[in-house]
Amino acid sequence: MEGGSNVIRAMSTHKEPEMSEFALLYRSTNEAHREAMGSPEKAQQSMVKWRAWFKEMTDKGQLKSIGQPLERAGKVVGGRKKTVTDGPYAETKDVIGGFSLIEARDLEQASQIAAGCPILELGGSVEVRPVLRLDL
Amino acid sequence: MELEEHLFRREAGRLVAIVARLFGLQNLALAEDVVQEAFCRALETWKFHGVPENPSAWLMATAKHRALDALRREGTARRLAPELQRELESEWTLAPTVEEAFDRGLDDAQLRMMFSCIHPRLPEETQVALVLHLVCGFGIDETAAAFLKSPAAMEKRIARAKRILAESKQLFDLSADDVAMRLPAVLRAVYLLFNEGYHGASAESSVRIELCREAMRLARLLVEHPRTARPATHAIAALLHFHAARLPGRTNGAGELLVLDEQDPSLWDRALVAEGYCQLDLSATGSELTSYHVEAAIAAHHARRISGGETDWEAVVQLYDTLMELAPSPIVALNRAVALAQRDGPARGLDAIWEIEGRSRLDRYPFLHSAIAEFELQLGRPRQARQAFNEALRLARNPMERRFVEKRLESLKAA
Repeated sequence: MEGGSNVIRAMSTHKEPEMSEFALLYRSTNEAHREAMGSPEKAQQSMVKWRAWFKEMTDKGQLKSIGQPLERAGKVVGGRKKTVTDGPYAETKDVIGGFSLIEARDLEQASQIAAGCPILELGGSVEVRPVLRLDL
Repeated sequence: MELEEHLFRREAGRLVAIVARLFGLQNLALAEDVVQEAFCRALETWKFHGVPENPSAWLMATAKHRALDALRREGTARRLAPELQRELESEWTLAPTVEEAFDRGLDDAQLRMMFSCIHPRLPEETQVALVLHLVCGFGIDETAAAFLKSPAAMEKRIARAKRILAESKQLFDLSADDVAMRLPAVLRAVYLLFNEGYHGASAESSVRIELCREAMRLARLLVEHPRTARPATHAIAALLHFHAARLPGRTNGAGELLVLDEQDPSLWDRALVAEGYCQLDLSATGSELTSYHVEAAIAAHHARRISGGETDWEAVVQLYDTLMELAPSPIVALNRAVALAQRDGPARGLDAIWEIEGRSRLDRYPFLHSAIAEFELQLGRPRQARQAFNEALRLARNPMERRFVEKRLESLKAA
């Protein structure tokens, strides 16, 4: 009985825009990152674009948490021996430079939002990952 | 908080100068890296956390930390600035020395960098490009665009110039006797930079206005320092202020170039005109008369129209005569011909053009032909006028100049 009504509720709310959370991970290679800095003027323009993009998401109620920037290097602790090494060393691979949390209907909409990220113009990428929730 | 326009660029010039003073010019690349690192951090943190209360101070503090790190890392392996070598080698004095370098004399470091860029072994255009790149914080691409060069060519030229700079090790010493010797070349660079913006061929009017602004900023640094505030410096500052005051009236709403007669003086910037007069007064303190003095005096005459005055063409012609004695050039002679035409009529103006010595050097200058066309038109010879306008049109260097001539041609047809 209880279970049945839950299923019905789940089915009926399915059509409504139930919002889910997604993490955006901003990735770029160190090379692309330096390239993006280019000249002081380019750096400033890049920042203006980022601020405008965050503002747009905020205005549309899509930004759950602006998140944090990350230092591009730190330590990597790995293995059963808990070896500590400098890292991530990624000459060719990209490094996560920061993350944000957004709200979207589904993965598709979240990806659309991510498509507006200025990092894409500068050779970087945005990884869009649904946040796993306990109550699903 | 909103980010002030061109903040990074302006701070780059300051910070590179300060760090280069610590590291020595032979380590200029390292100094530039340190500043770039500071900007990277600003970019990363500000885009998430917003622009701090005092962004300049934030950048300065970050650059200071980066500079200290770099000195600790590389200090013993490299030869640093000879003037600070001993202080920077000892951990006891390292931090306070860096601290002091950042705290005091910001503009001093910039001026010293500017003098360093005006290296006697560099050609004039390279000196100006280097000032734009190092003191004004323009990237290679932006500097290249200002001079209509390819980025690759500009990069090569600047790299070569930096190698020559590196030989001097420390930033130019403003207390040295040769300040007076190098000052004329420094002033000339400021003048050329402004001219590149005011009359240059770059199609982007935004680029050109920025060049004018940068030249004004450099002129201000020069008049504010006791060692460089000479009569000629004030004269050039006056000249730049008068010209800059007219920038807002120089084009119409459609971005089309207007001649002086067509301009609406009520659009000119009164504050800049006032500062121009003030600088002109200060320029008259010595016995020295430079071409900048004369050019500033001519510009002052034109600026009188802002308060409803008329241009005194008699006086302007006389000033051009003086200018022809001090710094003769076909361009000055052409401007003198235009002033003569205003005073004595178009026939006299035309004669003066034919009399220009070395006129062939102006053959490709569109405004020579448009001046001839105007005189011919006033003399009632529309056929000759059209021919000269067509020549000007053929030689126009950018859409703005082309449009300017086209408009004149159209009004000719209508008449």
